[in-house]
Amino acid sequence: MAKAHVYKRDHINTDEIIPARYLNTDNEAELAKHCMEDLDKDFVAKVKPGDVIVAGDDFGCGSSREHAVWAIRGAKVQTVIAKSFARIFYRNAINCGFYLIESADAVNKITNGDEIEIDYDAGMIKDKTSKAKIKFLPLPDFALEIIRDGGLLDHIMKTSA
Amino acid sequence: MGMTITEKILARAAGVKNVVPGQLVDANIDVVMCHDVTTPPAISMLVAKGIDRVFDPDKIVVTPDHFQPAKDVKSAELHKRLDEWAKRHGIKHYYKLGRAGVCHALLPEQGHIRPGEVIVGGDSHTCTYGAFAAFSTGIGSTDLAAAIATGKLWFKVPASLKFVLNGSLPKGVYSKDVILAVIGRIGVDGALYRAMEFVGPALAGMSMEARMTMTNMAIEAGAKNGIIPFDDTTKAYLQEHLKEKVKYTVFESDADAEYLATEVFDCSKLEPMVALPHLPSNAVPIGQCAGKAMDQAYIGSCTNGRIEDLRIAAKIMKGKQVAIRTLIVSSTPEVWKQAADEGLFDVFYNAGCVISAPTCGACLGGFMGVLAEGEKCVSTTNRNFVGRMGHPKSEVYLASPATAAASAIEGKLTDPRKYL
Repeated sequence: MAKAHVYKRDHINTDEIIPARYLNTDNEAELAKHCMEDLDKDFVAKVKPGDVIVAGDDFGCGSSREHAVWAIRGAKVQTVIAKSFARIFYRNAINCGFYLIESADAVNKITNGDEIEIDYDAGMIKDKTSKAKIKFLPLPDFALEIIRDGGLLDHIMKTSA
Repeated sequence: MGMTITEKILARAAGVKNVVPGQLVDANIDVVMCHDVTTPPAISMLVAKGIDRVFDPDKIVVTPDHFQPAKDVKSAELHKRLDEWAKRHGIKHYYKLGRAGVCHALLPEQGHIRPGEVIVGGDSHTCTYGAFAAFSTGIGSTDLAAAIATGKLWFKVPASLKFVLNGSLPKGVYSKDVILAVIGRIGVDGALYRAMEFVGPALAGMSMEARMTMTNMAIEAGAKNGIIPFDDTTKAYLQEHLKEKVKYTVFESDADAEYLATEVFDCSKLEPMVALPHLPSNAVPIGQCAGKAMDQAYIGSCTNGRIEDLRIAAKIMKGKQVAIRTLIVSSTPEVWKQAADEGLFDVFYNAGCVISAPTCGACLGGFMGVLAEGEKCVSTTNRNFVGRMGHPKSEVYLASPATAAASAIEGKLTDPRKYL
């Protein structure tokens, strides 16, 4: 069951998601050990495969380090739901084939620990604990194509072949 | 409808006549900047996908900077991966230790940045090069891999915000104070996905170094790029720094170009600014925070580690003693040599500072001056996020080189104007 890890905060930045002291590696499993460490040092102990992170505005602001996406993906987080995302983080996630959800309501409607189910095609988040249903706009087609192809490099190889 | 500089550059790079904000374009890249943290993963991706190639070995500029000289075995491995790749592909502009420097100071200094071009780099502060009327933006490793292999990237054309800088800077107030005031007003996502175009008479009094300090921090307002129109100062810098005679195109925003919003600043009324922890937008005039005790001062980085910055700091420190640990980090070997030749290092040594090799070092909490729990650092860098320069419970106060120097002398946040 996917659980929500809710951080009612804006501007959660890449230094909090993966501190620069760990950037001497690009090994995803190693980065995952320190995921969200400077924001919530217990996150790695709490998170289970398929869980989601829920946050406020401007998630992933700061550095261009794709390591932030890798750390989250490496921690087996299914997706991040935020009011809005910082530009480079958003682009990096799509390029890695990692789906992000933009939702103005989720951070207010979902309580930490709630059970979540996401229908990506329909654009619907179901909070099974509170029974709330939250709609979201699925990613635009060009981004979905990149994700479907497994990321930007595979997409380029496929489309230029 | 007219176009902005940013729109015109992207239109040229995409080979189309017109673009409008929101449009997706496939742009040809003129320069790709590569450093030691984000490029090694890009190389590994390309190798893993069986497309280990470079679109043009002359258009890629490589300099290790974040963890150089190698801070530990793991970062040495990153450097090795970068080195082997650069040699394998005959990268023409590869700056090795001894000539390597903080990327955003090094590339303009070594003549790799030209107006009208599209520059991408695996670093969020790549927006720095917009000071030369170029379009430049930071990207992650996958984009970097794509740019390296194909020389192309897709972009969504950003809408532009205009920042009119009126008046001229008073004594003791620098471009760092201007950009902190701008971010303080609009917030860390005030320019999210936008182009920040800086115009106005205050720019005339700013050197290229000073202008780069401003475009460098465009990302701290969430912007895609920062841009400053070409003028005589730009021209003179290029004449001095371009190694080869290369033709470049100067674009100007049309009179009827559209801006989402215009913000006006009277620079003559600005005071030295300090961004309090933990966001660059927490900017306040020095009067509101002076007296706060510091443990360290850091003068360096891609924001303020250029020769002009070291001169400003040295002028204030001359004949004085620092009261706290103070690090002077020249951003490039040329800046280091120039500072040595001008006698600035004598001033810093006599004042009790330590002088470091060019590196990003402690700016991002890497090494060479990281902070312990509870410590406070006044820093000329660009970010003061939680844990940015070390322990998650340390604090970073962003300021100009003058404010950092004055604060180093007194061991507390200090108005630099009393030393000028």
